[in-house]
Amino acid sequence: AAAMSVNADLRRERAAATFQPELLTHILDGGPERTRRRKEIEALVLNDPDFQHEDLNFLSRSQRYEQAIRKSSLMVMKLREYGIADPEEIYWFKSFVHRGRPEPLDLHLGMFLPTLLTQATPEQQDRFFMPAWNLEIIGTYAQTEMGHGTHLRGLETTATYDPSTQEFILNSPTVTSIKWWPGGLGKTSNHAIVLAQLYTQGQCKGLHAFIVPIRQLGTHEPLPGITVGDIGPKFGYDEMDNGYLKMDNFRIPRENMLMKYAQVEPDGTYVKPVSDKLTYGTMVFIRSLIVGDSARSLSRACTIAIRYSAVRHQSELKPGEPEPQILDYQTQQYKLFPLLATAYAFHFVGAYIKDTYHRISGDISTGDLSELPELHALTAGLKAFTSWTANAGIEECRMACGGHGYSRCSGIPDIYVTFTPSCTYEGENTVMMLQTARFLMKSYTQVTSGQQVTGMVSYLNDLSRQRIQPQHVAARTVTVRINDPTSLVEAYKSRAARLVESAAKNLQAELNHRRSKEDAWNRTSVDLVRASEAHCHYVIVKLFTAKLAEVSDAAVRAVLTELCLLYALFGISRNAGDFLQAGILTSAQITQVNQHVKELLAVIRPNAVALVDSFDFHDVHLGSVLGRYDGNVYENMFEWAKKSPLNKTQVHESFHKHLKPMQAKL
Amino acid sequence: SVNPDLGSERQTASFSVERLTALLDGGAEQTRIRRAVVEAIESDPVFSRENQYFQTQNERYEAAVRKAVHLQKKMHEMGWTENGPEYKYIYRALSGDVAFLLHHVFMRSISVLGSDKQIAKWIPLATQHKLIGSYAQTELGHGTYLQGLETTAVFDTATQEFILNTPKISAMKWWPGDMGRSATHTVVFAQLYIHEKCYGIHPFIVQIRSLQDHSLCPGITAGDIGPKMNFEHIDNGYLLLKNVRVPRENMLSKFCEVRPDGTYVRQGSQKINYFTMTTVRISLISDEVLTPLMKACTIAIRYSVVRRQSKLKPGEQEAKILDYQTQQEKLLPQLAAAYAFYFTNDYLQELFNRGYREIQRKNFDMLPELHALSSGFKAVITQHCTAGVEICLRACGGHGYSLLSGLPSLYTKILASCIYEGENTILLLQTARFLIKCFMAASAGQPVPPSVTYLAAVKHGKCPAKNKLDFLSPDIYIEAYQHVAVRLTSNTAAKLQDLIQSGVKKHDAWNQCTVQLVQAAKAHCHYIAVKNFAETVEKLETKAGIQKIMKHLCDLFALHGIFSNTGAFLHDGYTSAAQMDMVTASYLDLLAVIRKDAVPLVDAFDFTDKSLNSALGSYDGHVYQRLYEWAQRSPTNQMSPAYERYLKPLLHNTLSKL
Repeated sequence: AAAMSVNADLRRERAAATFQPELLTHILDGGPERTRRRKEIEALVLNDPDFQHEDLNFLSRSQRYEQAIRKSSLMVMKLREYGIADPEEIYWFKSFVHRGRPEPLDLHLGMFLPTLLTQATPEQQDRFFMPAWNLEIIGTYAQTEMGHGTHLRGLETTATYDPSTQEFILNSPTVTSIKWWPGGLGKTSNHAIVLAQLYTQGQCKGLHAFIVPIRQLGTHEPLPGITVGDIGPKFGYDEMDNGYLKMDNFRIPRENMLMKYAQVEPDGTYVKPVSDKLTYGTMVFIRSLIVGDSARSLSRACTIAIRYSAVRHQSELKPGEPEPQILDYQTQQYKLFPLLATAYAFHFVGAYIKDTYHRISGDISTGDLSELPELHALTAGLKAFTSWTANAGIEECRMACGGHGYSRCSGIPDIYVTFTPSCTYEGENTVMMLQTARFLMKSYTQVTSGQQVTGMVSYLNDLSRQRIQPQHVAARTVTVRINDPTSLVEAYKSRAARLVESAAKNLQAELNHRRSKEDAWNRTSVDLVRASEAHCHYVIVKLFTAKLAEVSDAAVRAVLTELCLLYALFGISRNAGDFLQAGILTSAQITQVNQHVKELLAVIRPNAVALVDSFDFHDVHLGSVLGRYDGNVYENMFEWAKKSPLNKTQVHESFHKHLKPMQAKL
Repeated sequence: SVNPDLGSERQTASFSVERLTALLDGGAEQTRIRRAVVEAIESDPVFSRENQYFQTQNERYEAAVRKAVHLQKKMHEMGWTENGPEYKYIYRALSGDVAFLLHHVFMRSISVLGSDKQIAKWIPLATQHKLIGSYAQTELGHGTYLQGLETTAVFDTATQEFILNTPKISAMKWWPGDMGRSATHTVVFAQLYIHEKCYGIHPFIVQIRSLQDHSLCPGITAGDIGPKMNFEHIDNGYLLLKNVRVPRENMLSKFCEVRPDGTYVRQGSQKINYFTMTTVRISLISDEVLTPLMKACTIAIRYSVVRRQSKLKPGEQEAKILDYQTQQEKLLPQLAAAYAFYFTNDYLQELFNRGYREIQRKNFDMLPELHALSSGFKAVITQHCTAGVEICLRACGGHGYSLLSGLPSLYTKILASCIYEGENTILLLQTARFLIKCFMAASAGQPVPPSVTYLAAVKHGKCPAKNKLDFLSPDIYIEAYQHVAVRLTSNTAAKLQDLIQSGVKKHDAWNQCTVQLVQAAKAHCHYIAVKNFAETVEKLETKAGIQKIMKHLCDLFALHGIFSNTGAFLHDGYTSAAQMDMVTASYLDLLAVIRKDAVPLVDAFDFTDKSLNSALGSYDGHVYQRLYEWAQRSPTNQMSPAYERYLKPLLHNTLSKL
């Protein structure tokens, strides 16, 4: 299409904003210098003709895989050519090349290489690292099996040590033990780090990691004893060859077990690892990435839905007047603005976890890991909380775009299918919530036995002081000022305390019925998940509120304060029952909260477009006709549709094959 | 043989599965007919969906056309007719995977909106497939708000023709099914202009493709709108009209006619037309909304007794994931909702049949109520069931994400139902308008339709429950739901009046209350659904354990609604904090009770493996073997050019020089 000017509605929206979007972009990026560098890398990729291709929506899965492989090889080459080495900068580069989608080398770059670095002996690094760095070896990380995911101890693949040949014999003894899902395993990789139950001297020593060659170097054919392939079509992840791997008496040398920590000696003697706390660190790091991903995916969906809602006109608000922008309808604002506020909240939470992780991992070398267990427990819950919320939020954004949201050209279907697996991978969300709950219960027990707890759970300390009173801890009269974020943090804190206490008491009651620990835990798990959710919700409101004080520009602070209030009040409105039941708020106050939410919608309305502009997604990265920066939606939908595969010929071959013969016969 | 983990679930059923199936079908004879239709369709290889998950958009479309053509033959062969008892089961048996569905909408619109002469001319042609029809209403720029459509039809007295045009890009017809590639004709909705005066939206029959070679007619630009989340087999299309002329006789003219001199004449009552539109909303609930949820529940629940993960008791075997309370809490409320809405659908069907009889007697009194109920329930049921399918999908963990689980396509299909036939928020606001009107009338002592008489009886009592068992009494929870619906409606009505009295214009006041209005409409529908479920259970046979298990599901449906929306019930103190703890306790107890019958309850839906088309949900429970076998059939496991073109150079050291 010819160059078109920016749609008048969007121009008006941008002119009416009360703050400068760039300033907010800087805050999200972590400073103006980071923004500059991000845009530099973005331009590097987007202006590179090597990374251009047809709209992926019109390609088959095989074609999409092929495009991804092509781009990934070039990407690796160019990253080195440009000397980009900072992890965040690599992340940007990759994300611009693949437009936020996964790619077949993800596991090689993100898991195989790092695992070699952290778990291989120097000898193993000599053998594997450089070839892998040069992509002669492409590896993946094969953990999940058909029958087991999050519950790692249940994995069934075996690695049995044979001292006579000094080899491990790898086997997939059952159908359920077939490795299933690892990215890049199906077609791309020639090696895999395989997690298997180690058997030596007749004893099972638990899960260990082994480097297993799976395809012949040179021909790329599977090696004898190896059955490997692609697991077939999925909801999304079309670019990724998630694979299966079945091993039948496949032998690898003893030296292929990753032995930096645990070891098997030539005679089969097993040497235990020292500590496993370090693996906590990796998990925390990956979960912090998912929290950031929740924020970004939701931000993209909000950008599309809010720009489109400013462009689309429909029906009438006032008799006789022109059709209004759909963003002027209260119901539309009520769908989208709380999600916009949520996206901002999650950005700040993601940044907080990342910073805390970097601060603590600084301590790992000096030996102070005391904060790690809490951070580990907290990130489990936050990973689940943010990914669940973003998952639902993306769908709400799509629904808010009506019929056109359903078309692939809106880009939201792709965001959703790419994002939704994060509710499952790196720890299934319900299991994650229960991990956080376990920490909460432990902290609660400490408090009731007279100990003090620190960190985000320190509000539990108040419980012992309240103990003399017969009613719920939270039932003390908190004067909640609904215009004051700090006061709302207190309200969320009381709710968390109440739900943690209630879950703990219910758990105790089950135990008093002489149920086994596991059984009692299971019978309380719905309560426990609620407690975790309330705890996470409190942490998010608290972090968002704390962020406000750091913002120096008054106009930006004002608009972020409105978003923070909306986030907190909307959460209360949605979970009113918890606040009412605990006596934290009265019915009259809830009515006020509901009213105030609606007032905030109107307050935020003039800044809505500027607030999504601040996320600063390039059109190419956004991948949406509805969410284009220039707002020329309808013209471009038509242009897009013309490229549909069904339109390749004017008369579809089905006419000659089926329709015409039928018409002739009838 | 059946996987013992699934087999054992069936041995302990507390009720007769076969009887429940018959109940759902409306009698054992209906079950027999349905099974015969399903068997006939599924044994015919042309209708196979075996490789569906591996096919491209083009292949899916071609298969759907082939099936539609073959279906004509099949129906003839089997002696099935459009008025026969088998007809309604055909679509279900095909899982909707067939082209020319809009052809039927085309025919229906002619039957409803056309004059006798037009019906006599077009219906036989359509029946014999001499032409293929579509229905072009929605435009790029306008959907639910029909008055906003921009396509024009200008009457030219000189030639006695209408000249149809797409005056701007947003006026292009967009989305109509079967129009992108298949249709030869379509009913176009356009603004009618006579002598430069606009008469509003009217339907016109327009030929768009040649009946000889299928090429586009002069002045027509049409094509496929491109890939969507689902419906790959349907060629949803666009249509651009440039000075396309159709004869005067092509305007469907049952209700209004343009005379040769350009005089515009209205005739008859449009009310019957509104009734038809309303009926469509109800007719989609069964096949498009309930069936996907029932299938998703079947897949997720069967899989959850086959999948074992982690241990509940030390030293024991890993537990079935359905034994985890959190898994029950995800799936069983969806199962209860599927049954609840199944009975809601029966209730609505009955009401509409009565409405139809009344309308034939020229009594239109029921129309506003029917309209309100159909709008509200279309929105509430589609939203609830869509969310339910997504929960089932995510409850299956990683494997749910594979297309081979069947769940992603069920989800992407059902979620379209939230948009078509009226966007849900707009529909709920229509229901709310009716509620507010009735509430005002009731407050003024005027008579109101039966479904809303409860609005007149505003009580300010408290929930009388004393222990958790009291919450298993329908009287208790029905009254709680009623209380919430009345409170939300009356508060919103009061708020509206306050605003208007304080000088706010009526439409502004309305927009300022829309969030609350939507909540009131939902509460109203939820109340009716709960009440209807309880009343249905009351009338069920007590034999064979049917009534007992349905009572449990009814309780679960009701208590889940309270548990997930506690604020509404605690507000104004109708339910106390202590009572809310009782609700939670009763609710969680019920999960464990229904858990025992979960598999028989989905077996009763009686879906064949072929119709589920799921590696996770088959009757025999051989989940992992099937997943492995199906994956191996994936085209990605044939040799891909990617290796030769990209991987080989990559692996063979072209990078190492860097």
